[in-house]
Amino acid sequence: MAEVLVLVDHVDGQVKKVTTELLTAARRIGEPAAVWVGDGAESGKATLAEFGAEKVYVAPAEVNDYVVAPKAELLAKLAQDKGAAAILVSATAENKEIAGRTAVKLGSGVLTDVVDVNAELVTEHSIFGGATVTHARVTTGVPVIAVRPNSVVPEATAGAAAEEAVSVDISDAAKGAKVVERVVQAKGERPELEEAAIVVSGGRGVGSDDFAVVENLADSLGAAVGASRAVVDSGWYPNQFQVGQTGRTVSPNLYVALGISGAIQHRAGMQTSKNIVAVNKDPEAPIFELADFGVVGDLHTVAPQLTEEINKRK
Amino acid sequence: MNIVVLVKQVPDTATERKLNADDKTLDRAASDGVINELDEYAIEEALLLKEKHGGEVTILTMGPDQATDSIRKALSMGADKAVFVNDDALHGSDAIQSAYALAQALGTLEFDLVVLGSESTDARTGVIGAALAEYLGLPQLTLAGKVDIDGGAIKIQRQTDYGYDVVEARLPAVVSVVEKINEPRYPSFKLIMQAKKKPVDKKSAADAGIDTGKVGLANATTETVDFAAAPPRAAGTIVKDEGDGGVKAADFLAEKKFV
Repeated sequence: MAEVLVLVDHVDGQVKKVTTELLTAARRIGEPAAVWVGDGAESGKATLAEFGAEKVYVAPAEVNDYVVAPKAELLAKLAQDKGAAAILVSATAENKEIAGRTAVKLGSGVLTDVVDVNAELVTEHSIFGGATVTHARVTTGVPVIAVRPNSVVPEATAGAAAEEAVSVDISDAAKGAKVVERVVQAKGERPELEEAAIVVSGGRGVGSDDFAVVENLADSLGAAVGASRAVVDSGWYPNQFQVGQTGRTVSPNLYVALGISGAIQHRAGMQTSKNIVAVNKDPEAPIFELADFGVVGDLHTVAPQLTEEINKRK
Repeated sequence: MNIVVLVKQVPDTATERKLNADDKTLDRAASDGVINELDEYAIEEALLLKEKHGGEVTILTMGPDQATDSIRKALSMGADKAVFVNDDALHGSDAIQSAYALAQALGTLEFDLVVLGSESTDARTGVIGAALAEYLGLPQLTLAGKVDIDGGAIKIQRQTDYGYDVVEARLPAVVSVVEKINEPRYPSFKLIMQAKKKPVDKKSAADAGIDTGKVGLANATTETVDFAAAPPRAAGTIVKDEGDGGVKAADFLAEKKFV
């Protein structure tokens, strides 16, 4: 069976959940082979084995010193050397870029923001802010596919996870954009936005001085915090938390929208969430068309009550 | 410094967007075309860089006839001139083919910097900047929230999940921008009038150095198999807060096993 390369997302040796989702999807297509870039493979390997990785290719941390290009060189080379059937990455902003460059190198097609993929490599997409569902496939070269986190239910099955070190000869062209500093802006202990099983977002209705009402509810649920564009534009919450068309796209099991009207631009970033709960003062707010459960009321009283109730029931 | 800004016309998000039943490409007649939102930030950044470092800002657009509206908008913001690659052979090109075609068109222009929005609001693939850098063999400075140029050196803040990376390169380079980078200007009446007289150089695919055997629907690297309207979400339960809205929401979350 041909190998399916899965680019591993990891932080400090901890494998992200989306990688277990990709390994699960890869098993439908062929033999999952994880591609690990940087340090920490030793501690992450157990998770990869648990979700069926037969191989783990480990590339040196130097690959991370330059923007995207060396990772594309690595994936393209592995795909050629191993005769891979497909390459799967998570559909984060950076990984979509890696997918694009890898596809160019391989002369392949690329499909992004995939919400499902089957054994025949037919992908499903939710487009136009969730209004249309399409199926697509790559017709040229080794398919390069970026899958949205939380789209596939991870299923464990044992894999050998045989480690193989990969040497990389990064080309001069790929060294053009050098990362000279990584700046970590505080985000506390909350989960990553795209990764999170639960996201609690606040909109204009939250007001300028009280995003704690959103954060408290998020923390009671172990959720990530998101924000609407209005909130980010007003400077009430940092840019990297923006959910929506020009921000990030999330697809959690539960999305809680506080004081968000649900304009199409916002819906484009969250419409594929499995369950949606909304609190808004305006009964006509379009967010209620999406909501599985909605409360028409003031979020400043409803959200703290909900937070208290959740903490009570834990 | 010569800057080329890539501008795409997209269907207005606020209108109903559709695909054509026959070839499964975007139905451009179904909705109003507007300039891709993030491209306005790219134009603004180019104008700011020009104001600081001098030079010229050229708009490069590939698309159908009606894309001239977006070109005029870009020129009325203050760009100097435009190149419009307009050829039926390009219809139905996918992301990789579009990046190829844009790279070829850029090959016929002189530039120190290419600036584009980090994604379009229609296809939202987010791969063009990266694929373009690959084709051109230039440094990829994408997802920029800040750009600084000093002589031949360029430095950006690349937005990441955790904050940002500081990335350095030498010009020429490809820069894609995110929304936080600036606040696009509104065209003044004077600039709108001037824009009507600014040159738009219309090019066929061949003029732009594009091999028509590599672009268009017939040569696409991906295929849309089918499409359908998304099934409507089942109607939810909406309650009015009577002082117990939070409790009721908690009941719902408990029922769904989130609590």
